[in-house]
Formats: sequence, structure tokens, C-alpha cells
Amino acid sequence: MSATPAPPILELREVVKNFGQVHALRGVDFEVRAGEVMALVGDNGAGKSTLIKCVAGIYSIDSGQILFDGKPVSISGPKDAAKLGIEVVYQDLALCDNLDVVQNMYLGREDHDALYRLREAPMEQKTTETLASLSVTTIRSVRQPVATLSGGQRQSVAVARAVMWNNRVVFLDEPTAALGVAQTRQVLDLVKRLGDQGLAVVLVSHNLTDVFEVADRITVLRLGQDIGVYEKSATSEQEIVQAITFGKQDAEASA
Amino acid sequence: MSTAAPPEVSAAAAGQAGIGDIARARWEAFKGGDVGSVPVIVGIIAITIFFTAKSNIFFTAVNFSNLIGQMAGVTVIAVGIVFVLLIGEIDLSVGYVSGIGSVAVAEFQRAGSSHDYPGLVAIALAIAICAAIGTVQGSIIAFLGVPSFVVTLAGLLIAQGMIIYLLGTQGVIGIQDRQILDVSNYVLTKNTGWIVAIVFTVLMAAGSLGTYFSRRRAGLPTGNLLLIVGRVVFYAALVFATVAVCNHSRGVPLVGLVIVFVVVLFSYLASRTTFGRHVYAVGGNAEAARRAGINVKLIRILCFTISGACAGLGGVILASRLNSVDLTFGGGTLLLDAISAAVIGGVSLFGGRGRVSGALFGGLIIGMISNGTDLVGSADWIKYVTTGTILLAAVTLDTVARRRQVAAGR
Repeated sequence: MSATPAPPILELREVVKNFGQVHALRGVDFEVRAGEVMALVGDNGAGKSTLIKCVAGIYSIDSGQILFDGKPVSISGPKDAAKLGIEVVYQDLALCDNLDVVQNMYLGREDHDALYRLREAPMEQKTTETLASLSVTTIRSVRQPVATLSGGQRQSVAVARAVMWNNRVVFLDEPTAALGVAQTRQVLDLVKRLGDQGLAVVLVSHNLTDVFEVADRITVLRLGQDIGVYEKSATSEQEIVQAITFGKQDAEASA
Repeated sequence: MSTAAPPEVSAAAAGQAGIGDIARARWEAFKGGDVGSVPVIVGIIAITIFFTAKSNIFFTAVNFSNLIGQMAGVTVIAVGIVFVLLIGEIDLSVGYVSGIGSVAVAEFQRAGSSHDYPGLVAIALAIAICAAIGTVQGSIIAFLGVPSFVVTLAGLLIAQGMIIYLLGTQGVIGIQDRQILDVSNYVLTKNTGWIVAIVFTVLMAAGSLGTYFSRRRAGLPTGNLLLIVGRVVFYAALVFATVAVCNHSRGVPLVGLVIVFVVVLFSYLASRTTFGRHVYAVGGNAEAARRAGINVKLIRILCFTISGACAGLGGVILASRLNSVDLTFGGGTLLLDAISAAVIGGVSLFGGRGRVSGALFGGLIIGMISNGTDLVGSADWIKYVTTGTILLAAVTLDTVARRRQVAAGR
């Protein structure tokens, strides 16, 4: 463990997940603290997606423990995860193209009166405020359909939605995978600001340049096991690539 | 017809923009594939000019009154179709399900049977039965994942079979009940017509201005007040003109009021309630909707229920119009006319785009072609070829618009 005293918000201990003969997670430890950006890296099949889905409640774990605020919790569905304040921003499939920004931000959680009539004005105000607080300024109107936004803007909307609902842990699954240079810049800046606002951010990415730019710490997964947690300041891309490809080489890792 | 500000207009009218800015934004949206109601308005004008030139009866008050009666059944059925199309599904059963509605309403009022209920009860029962048929079809689609195309095709055949069975050997049921006959045949007195126009205008103005001032109080972009007032004045003029023309012949048909009521009610449901929002979400991206916690299955079932209920009401209107029900009910071009009306009205076959009011404009176009070709005395084949061509044009426009929207998005 590093010297930072803050206890982790979300902690996984010895989590195991099997799909028949396939051992997707074989006793993974993982943690993330408030106000930090934790990167989760690993090759294809390392278990990153499985780990996210276990935390999001899409899969149930076979053994091990998930702790939230230090207390063991059981997450048996997406609703449980949402109740705890865990939100996953998936690479795609997150937004409805035909709806505008406000409608997407409030998707499934619309503000309505007793007769289920929508209350547009407060929704629009809150959306504008949230985007402003995250310095998302490139969106011209919150009433334009998401289909007319650029990839970076869409990703920003998806992230802002995760933030607006007072979530405490936000998983970002490959947020920059489909983006150009400028748009990647936009999203990475946003990720940094999330950490600055006190959220626990988990960034799942293949792109080590991105990871090194925004992450505070890096967890490496390999073949369903955690290889180690690296402080960004005390490691190099070289070392992470080694860990991803061959596993741990020496005792330098801080886990 | 609804008082709801169309989404693309409010999107364009960001801030207290001048009319020039709004026009420019609207033009950008147009180029981006959002053609709005332009093709429909152009179509209505073109058809009017064409048939007015061909027949000296077409552009008369009496014929306008007739047209309202002729388009009513198809339009109401098309309103239900809109909801099914919005979630990206299709309902091929509405033709014969409306036939079931016709048979049911006729059977429930049949004098001398053990169930000769009062007219309104018979109407309610007929609509409820058709809604239940929709619920069953929707449940099979939502829970078992059977494609709606096949489920409703099977529903079409089953409904047709049931109509033949129910009408039995006599093959026809006459309608004597006054209330049921009034649905399509009652005409409002002239003064009642004017009162309706006034009430409608007041409600519309209150809705539009209420939205404007509540947004202004909340410090949100409001759009241009001049344009909002202009819209209200335009629609008010349209309503008063309609009443004036109808009053010039016999008066406003009650069934016209039924159309407006159904369109306004379901427009409100689609654009102003959480249910409507979820319908659009499911049509836009069902997976995103599911992950956002929306009960996608329930939304699907309810859309098919609405489709069934509207088909039922359409069946009642058609039965009332002909004073009797026979084996031809629910067949012919009814199904394709209803789907065409929705699609011509700008509702996308790909789901998620379009408005309920589109059914009204599409129904008007379908009705005008049918009415006009009858007046001109053209052979049936001309009616079919024309309707088919317009449907093809509407779907092509929808497909191209969709492609351009995707292109404009990235």
C-alpha cells in the first residue's frame, strides 16, 4: 500500500468468477479511493470486462468479497450497484441518439410530477449546471439530439450523466477508444476533473499514454489475476507493458 | 395540433434568438436530414391543387365534411401504429383487429341478443377487447422475443378467422343503437362548432404561453415569443377555418372532434410524460434504455396495447359510418392505409423518430387521395398506384433522412 491514508471506497478481495471451465477472475484484489483515478489495464482476456460487470451487478461473483466503505456488500443486480453509487460508463450503448442531451442525462430517472408529466425546466437547468461544473463547454445547446454531437461530446454527456446522480465510484470503459486526438483530449481532461471533484474513478483502457496522463495509480490484470498496483510516479510505461505481457518480474510492485 | 413545441424547433431556438437565427438553424437541421413537416405540407397543397383542377366538387364545404368522415377510421388506427413504429416494431394486425372492434361493437348492441348493451358500453367493450389483443401480441413479442412482424401477421390471420366465425352464416349485423351511429354521423350545431374552436384556441394559447413563461421564470432559453404567438395564431386560424368551412355545409362532424381528441391526447402522452420519453428511448437504443433502468418489456407491451385500442376505436368509427358490419370489415387496404398514414406523416420505420400528429397529416393525405380519385371517377388501380407511390416516396425520404442524420452526427 502507498502512504495515502484515505481508506478505499470500493475494495475487492480474492474475487473469483468462473464461466464453466473458463476461470475469468482467479482471486483478484482491487481497490479505488475517493479523489483518485485508478487505471485498470491488461491484455484482452485479462478479466477487465468481467471485473466491471461483477461490480456493476451484471455478473454475480463465485467467491470473494466486495467491500464498499469498508463494509461487505452483495451486488446482485444493476440496481444494487446504482444504490451504492457505482456507475459504469460503457464504451458504447449508453446514449439514445434520437434524444437530446437533457433527455439522455435523465434517461430512466426523469423528473416528473404526480401525474407522470415531465418537468422539463428543472431537468434542463440541472443538466446545464452539471455540464458547466465539468467545464463541458463545447455543447452548443442541451436541446440538440445526441446524434448531432461529436464522439468526444457524446462521451462527455455519458460521463456527466454518471456524475450528476451523486455517484461515488465511476467506471469508464475505454472512454477514448473511438475518439480522435482533440476529442480524446476533451475526455481525458474531464476524467481528471472527476478525480478532482472527489469521485473515485476507474479508467479501463488499452492506451497507456492516456493512462499515464490521468491516472494516479495503475492496477494490472493478467489472465484473471492482479499482477500488482503501481504508483504512476514510481513506474514507467516499460514496466507496465512488462507486467501486462509477462506478469510480475520482480518485487518492485507496491501491492 | 398538439400544444407541445416540436423538439427540433425548441432545439433550434436556443436563447432569445432572433427569427433570422432560428430560420438558419432550421435550415441546418433540414440539410442534416430533419425535414420536419415540409414534405407533408407540400404534399397536401399539391394534392389539393391537382384534384381542384380535376373536379369541381373536390374543393367544396360538403366534400370537406365528407373527407373528415372518410379519413377518421384510418387516422385513429394510424395513431396507434405511431407508437409501435416509435419502438421500432410493426403491427400488421391492426386492420383485422379493427374489424374485430367493428364486429364486437355491433354484436354487443345487437337487439334481441342477451347482451344488447347501451351504445357507450358496447363501444368501451369493443375497445377493451382490441386493447387486450394488443396486450397479448405485445407480451409474446416482449417476453418471448418473437419478431413483431410474425406475431402480428399471425394475429392478422387469427383476427380475420374470428371475424368470419363471429359473423357466421348471416354475414352481417346491422347497427341500430343511436349512440354508436352518432360516432360517425352526428354533426355539431353551428354554435357548438364555434365554441369548440374557441375552447381549443384558448387551451392551445394557454399551453404555449404557459411553457414560455415557466421557462423564462426558470431562466432557460425560451425561443422567440413572436414565433410562439405566430404558431398559436396559425393553428387557431386553421381551426376556425375548419369550423367555418364545416358550418358552411352541415356543421362540424362529431367524428372530427374524436380525431382531434385522440391525436391531442396521444401527442401529450408521447411528448410530455415519462411513458412517452421511454417509448422514444426504447426506439432510439433499447439497450441504453434497459441499462438506464427503463422497463423495456413493459413499454413494448403498452405500445402494442395502444395500437390495439386505437384499432378498436377505428373499427367502431368505421362500423358506425356504414351502419352495419359485414365480412369485408378490417380487410382491403385498411392496414396498409393506416401504416402509410403514419409513415407519410413522418414517423420513422426505424424507430425513435416521428410525432403522433404525423398520423393526422398522413391520414389527411391518404384520405384526400382516396376521396379525390373517387370524385374524378378514376379506376381503382389509379388509387392504389398513387397511394403506393406516395408510401414509397415517404419511406425513401425516411431512409435518406436517417442516413444524412447519421452522417451529420459524426
